[in-house]
Amino acid sequence: MTSDSIGWWGVVIGVLAGAIRGGTPFLLVSLGECLTEKSGKINLGLEGVLLMGAMSAYAISYKTGSPWIGAGAAALAGGVLGMLHALLVLRPKVNDIAAGIAILIFGSGIAFYFGKPFIQPSAPQLPGIQLGGWSSLGQIKAALTISPLFIFGVAVAFLMQWFFRTTRWGMHVRAVGDSPAAARAMGISPTRTRFFSIVAGSALGGLGGAHLSLFYPGAWTESISSGQGLMAVALVIFARWNPTQCLWASLLFGGAQAIGPSLQAVGISAGYYLWNASPYILTLVVMILTCSTKRTLTGAPGALGANA
Amino acid sequence: MQPAASIAGAPSVALIPRASLRWRSRLEAAAMPIMAVLVAMVLFGSFCASQGRNPLAVFGAINKAAFGSWYSFQNTLIRAAPLMLTALCTALPARLGLVVIGNEGALVIGGLTATAAGLAVQSAPVLVVLTAMALAGMVGGGLWITFVGILYYKRGVNETISSLLLNYVAIAFLNHLVNGPMRDPSSLNKPSSYPIPDDKMLPAIGESNIHYGLVFGMVVCLIAWVLMEHTSFGFKVRMIGGNIRAARMAGLPVAAIGLIICFLAGAAAGLAGMIEVAAVHGRANESLAAGYGYAGILVAFVARHRGLAIMLVSVMLGGILASGGILQRQFQLPDATILVFQGLVFITILFSDSLYGKLKFFKEEAA
Repeated sequence: MTSDSIGWWGVVIGVLAGAIRGGTPFLLVSLGECLTEKSGKINLGLEGVLLMGAMSAYAISYKTGSPWIGAGAAALAGGVLGMLHALLVLRPKVNDIAAGIAILIFGSGIAFYFGKPFIQPSAPQLPGIQLGGWSSLGQIKAALTISPLFIFGVAVAFLMQWFFRTTRWGMHVRAVGDSPAAARAMGISPTRTRFFSIVAGSALGGLGGAHLSLFYPGAWTESISSGQGLMAVALVIFARWNPTQCLWASLLFGGAQAIGPSLQAVGISAGYYLWNASPYILTLVVMILTCSTKRTLTGAPGALGANA
Repeated sequence: MQPAASIAGAPSVALIPRASLRWRSRLEAAAMPIMAVLVAMVLFGSFCASQGRNPLAVFGAINKAAFGSWYSFQNTLIRAAPLMLTALCTALPARLGLVVIGNEGALVIGGLTATAAGLAVQSAPVLVVLTAMALAGMVGGGLWITFVGILYYKRGVNETISSLLLNYVAIAFLNHLVNGPMRDPSSLNKPSSYPIPDDKMLPAIGESNIHYGLVFGMVVCLIAWVLMEHTSFGFKVRMIGGNIRAARMAGLPVAAIGLIICFLAGAAAGLAGMIEVAAVHGRANESLAAGYGYAGILVAFVARHRGLAIMLVSVMLGGILASGGILQRQFQLPDATILVFQGLVFITILFSDSLYGKLKFFKEEAA
């Protein structure tokens, strides 16, 4: 089947497929960022984490022959980089944003350095989960071949929602994010809680990288993340620090990313390069519409970004 | 000393009596970044050693490639020129307490508008062409970052995120224009705009290879230094950065000053884009987004957002960037080695921020 014969449906299916495939890294990094920000810290370094995750997943998958070990390595690498970020931002007078940029530069440097020999060879990929068996259309089958990490991300989204709402630890994270002083009075250590939130969030971000290099686009290149880790910060604002809304937001962003290529696939290449900017423009528009100088946003942690 | 921008993490020194001259805290401000860079060098040296390279040999090679001969020093200075300008894009708003990292985008937009202006008046005398390009570049880059300021002051949109997103939008614009409306059909492998005529390019200084962009960079840094440290406007900016509520209470037009600073910040980066087009590439293409913007963020933070220090740090980082090739040829170390070093410097600089006022030697005696 060619895309001509289904015409404009090709675009719709393309965007849908992109929403799931391209949305998975958004989902994982935004969940990671959500966890971190709920504890009151911002991690702009997730872009570096994503690159580290992508590189280590690919390299380890190539070396061991198992993409699953690769994904584990990505989470580990993300966690280690997160630890470095935590050590920085949990010190007094260190600005979260600046530390994030430092981690971004360092993380991408390390990823490019050790990733150089792995640009050529091809590593075993994560197996896709086929949900499109009912359709005879090739495009639909391809669109519904879903990354196991997407399933994992969806599960984490609902789990994290439950975690924040009902568990004791979830409440600790929220308390620390809203008022470190009050949390300390309750006997919760803000430093320890934030440390774990940042490290766990970065491990999730690392898994997002594993999806990039081991599923879609499915190769390790230095331009693989193209700012997705940075957009996580905007996505979390859009999702109002709510894990399940991170899921919907990620799907939206993944879809927006796929508009340009899908249009090109049906022969419309006008403005191809401009469509590439659509996720970024969408993020900006969302922020312009939802932010305000007058009030803080609902769901925003009270002490977000403040230096405690 | 001045009330430091909260983001720089510098200590507030307002409580220390003026009479004591405060040489210790002045020394602290100079010594801390130097110590941080030294620590980063030790870490980087250990990294090289762990990779089986002799750290001293690597540093020797970097030093030789950056400052070893007049020829290599010229290369360093050519790289330092855009860094001085892009660093200001972060440094100026930082004094207000804003973290703007739209340097790369403002550079790209400045390069594009400069190219468009240069092509529009290409038959005019060289001075007219260059003036038009410089003005267009500054206005283009300036408006780009002003937009970030408007979003911040009118809608409360986080300036870091919006400026960062705009980098990607700017690069998409660049790709769209050089692949479409501005494309020179003869540029096949690397889609580019039509070229600026050779005789209308920014010339080299005297007999050297260094182009006048370096003069632009130094002059603009000097202007920025005078403006921020020695004018009442600069004082207002620093006051807003020190305590925005006090500044509002004092009746300062916070948003207006903020927008002016954003414009100046973007204009500096836009001028860097103009220089890259008018002195180096001769046309707009993807080479514009070569990372000078991102490196400028690092320069600004290492220089603690001070105009004079920016010049010095730009030359240092220019040298490090210039040595990328030799590390690859002589030690088989990939390009990214330089990026690792930059990351380490950034991390140690931020770490040193948290040590201000902690080290006993730098404590002023209570007067």
